[in-house]
Amino acid sequence: MRQFDFMGKRRIAFIVSIVLTIVSIAALALLHLNLGLDFTGGTVVELHYATVPSLDEIRALLANSGFENFSVQTFGAADEILVRLQQTFSNDVGSQVVSALSSSGAQIDLVRAEFVGAQVGDQLRDQSGLGMLVALAGVAVYVAFRFQYKFALCAIISLGHDVLIVLGLFALFQWEFDLTVLAGIMAVIGYSLNDTIIVYDRIRENIRLSRSDNLAQIFNEAINQTLSRTLATSGTTLLVLFALFFLGGDMIHNFAISLILGIVAGTFSSVYVAAALLIVFKLERQDLIPVKKEEVEEELP
Amino acid sequence: MLNRYPLWKYLLILIVCVVGVIYALPNLYPQDPAVQISTTNGSLGDQQLDRVTRALAEDDIQVKSAAMTGNNTALIRLVDAEQQLPARDVVDEILDDDYTVALNLADSTPSWLTSLSAAPMKLGLDLRGGVHFLLEVDMDAAVEQRLEATASAIRADLRDERIRYRSTDIDDNALHLEFANSEDRDAAREQISQTFNEFQLENREEGRRAFLDMTLTEQSIQDIQDYAVQQNLTTIRNRVNELGVSEPLVQRQGPSRIVVELPGVQDTAEAKRIVGATANLEFRLEARPDTPDAETETFPFRNSPQRTATLSRDVIITGDRVSSASQGFDQNGRPQVNINLDGTGGSLMNQATRTNIGRNMAVLYIDHSTEMRTVTQDGQQVQERIPTTSRSIISLATVQSALSNRFRITGLDSPTEASELALLLRSGSLAAPIYFVQERTIGPSLGAQNIERGIFSVIVGGLLVVAFMLIRYKAFGVIANAALAVNLVLLIAAMSLLGATLTLPGIAGIVLTLGMAVDANVLIYERIREELRRKTPAQQAIHAGYGRAFTSIVDANLTTLLVAVVLFSIGTGPVKGFAVTLSLGILTSMFTGILVSRALVNLSIGGKPVKKLWI
Repeated sequence: MRQFDFMGKRRIAFIVSIVLTIVSIAALALLHLNLGLDFTGGTVVELHYATVPSLDEIRALLANSGFENFSVQTFGAADEILVRLQQTFSNDVGSQVVSALSSSGAQIDLVRAEFVGAQVGDQLRDQSGLGMLVALAGVAVYVAFRFQYKFALCAIISLGHDVLIVLGLFALFQWEFDLTVLAGIMAVIGYSLNDTIIVYDRIRENIRLSRSDNLAQIFNEAINQTLSRTLATSGTTLLVLFALFFLGGDMIHNFAISLILGIVAGTFSSVYVAAALLIVFKLERQDLIPVKKEEVEEELP
Repeated sequence: MLNRYPLWKYLLILIVCVVGVIYALPNLYPQDPAVQISTTNGSLGDQQLDRVTRALAEDDIQVKSAAMTGNNTALIRLVDAEQQLPARDVVDEILDDDYTVALNLADSTPSWLTSLSAAPMKLGLDLRGGVHFLLEVDMDAAVEQRLEATASAIRADLRDERIRYRSTDIDDNALHLEFANSEDRDAAREQISQTFNEFQLENREEGRRAFLDMTLTEQSIQDIQDYAVQQNLTTIRNRVNELGVSEPLVQRQGPSRIVVELPGVQDTAEAKRIVGATANLEFRLEARPDTPDAETETFPFRNSPQRTATLSRDVIITGDRVSSASQGFDQNGRPQVNINLDGTGGSLMNQATRTNIGRNMAVLYIDHSTEMRTVTQDGQQVQERIPTTSRSIISLATVQSALSNRFRITGLDSPTEASELALLLRSGSLAAPIYFVQERTIGPSLGAQNIERGIFSVIVGGLLVVAFMLIRYKAFGVIANAALAVNLVLLIAAMSLLGATLTLPGIAGIVLTLGMAVDANVLIYERIREELRRKTPAQQAIHAGYGRAFTSIVDANLTTLLVAVVLFSIGTGPVKGFAVTLSLGILTSMFTGILVSRALVNLSIGGKPVKKLWI
């Protein structure tokens, strides 16, 4: 079987990772996430038209009916229209929008109307951030306990890297970030961790088995040994995600995107970031193999 | 011998699989579109059902079955979902107002399965359509209302004890009583400290005037707020039941919020009016001309706002004392509400009216509402809630004789108003105002579409994985696929057993689980391949493969489970559904990936002399 020299190219990988991370941070800082209704609060009305309408006409009709600060876009199909309103919710904003728009004679069905109070959105935002941190902290403790703290540190950096890149791409392309995407990102944390742990597990095993002190070599072997597994699992997961992306419908479109991106990033990072960082953090054989307590023997007469 | 399981292990795995199949089975039976009839007066029986089915037959609506499902409820199952709405209208027309008719989706699980308490998964709102509300209970108002009630009770107490006071005043969490001199104050303090021990009492002097400050303790504020949420929960539950929605959900979320989910409801406006209505009644006597101003309040009449009447501040009873209420008409055909009071309410009413024959008694209609206004604060747009309470008199009538626990209220605008007021009085009033912080309406077509697409992507995703595993691992791929199928069955069974709600993200979770569930098998098989490359004999390679992959699998899955649990604890609604599927999926995939697939391998080739493995 062909052996790839992953560790030899780790500098290139680091550069790629750092560039991606910087781009992501820049995108997040400059463009911000396009937060969905769940987080911003506001009102969304989804409508189904019998015939494909013109968006400009809809905007004109809404403006004439006294609506302010709204945005109109198609949702999935050309005859599905999503109207977002900043205004607070009144009792029947859904039917108001429908009646305003059907004054032009178009046939419209109300598909859904959603309203989220601003306060709920704020709270959710705090809660989600906190949740992500708690998840990362829990993972770190577990890895530190099962492996060693250097592993935990590297695993966390690699997870943060994945999350940051997915968030960055969402900001860069201004894809809507809603609650399902948050769930997707949490799943990415779980998934990428899964990959990382498998690689670490093999690294640990190989360090214990081999007598060599050339860690780069040991890592290379471990990664090559787990490579076919990594690709197979990523492959099957990507297969089902593409099924979701193409067939699952508009409401989980972005969810599927977040996972697809996350799995690609996670696979890359479990190979390069997580393992290669161990070299940067100077992992040593002694970290995994407990030092025998020889002093006790010396004291014996 | 290598790769053989003891018999009990096979049996255990078999039993788990059989149980899984049984509890997953109900999900295969499609739900029937149905119309549910319920009543509160107990007069629903076969006779009515006969009438209804005959009328439905006349309108060419095909009825699958019509049967009583409880003492006061009946279910009419239909053949065609398209006919559900017309069927409801027909049934509604035939039966009078005592019956509630609602759309329903009825399980068609056969009885041998229901006897094992197997039931299909519940579908979330995003899959079946309906309304979702998130309500916030106004905690400050809860405390304020309690203080007002206390003030009223103290005034009555002090008058009974002939202790003179000047005024009562409320500001945040405290009640201030003013007395003419400190002797009165001390007497009052003595009296009050006996009955109202949830307050901290403090004396205060301002010049000659003596004050008694009553502050609520932290603990009692919390108790009041907790009670308010609990009470609102009960009230909203009662109201939702009156709406006749099938399988509604009313649940507390966090310290001050209540979630209401009404599947199948499309008319948000009505649901919202009923759930969020804050109307209540108060019964008060009209003030005597010589009553001091501090003890009176003036209110307009509801029907003619120019007219006003001055009422005593003291409330005889509120709508909370109503035990039952129904809408009716008086002899002139005007709408009225017939009211029965509970025991305490009856005696309070009797006491108050007995000594006041000839005086006027007013029925005060109270409506709390909140308006949202956007104001600019520190350069930021902030939404401010302005609670308003409107109180108006709906009737003022002379007390002819001592009233007991039954009487009627007139002065209402329309029969609709009368029946809504009756409903509100029956279900109880809200202990504190609530307002809507979140609202979602999902049309039934969107729900159906979501299910269709969800199931389709599960099938396609599953088939892709199956094909992949077959191509890559050949004979062992078959075993992995069998394990995958068992995994899907177990996952669905576990979700049905736990009563988990299936949401769209939940379906996504199932799809994702399918993709990741093969991971355990992939790990094992790659190990076996590795061993084979080292020329290890087949049976030993299998044994070593399973053995060595085990710690990797456990470590990897436990950490993922940890993340799923965190997601569950922060998520709400659909996201929670995703977290549940993900966690259950991890557990079932560990079982099937390690145990089931091993059992299959052991059964088929374990212990036999195998030269070459098809892997």
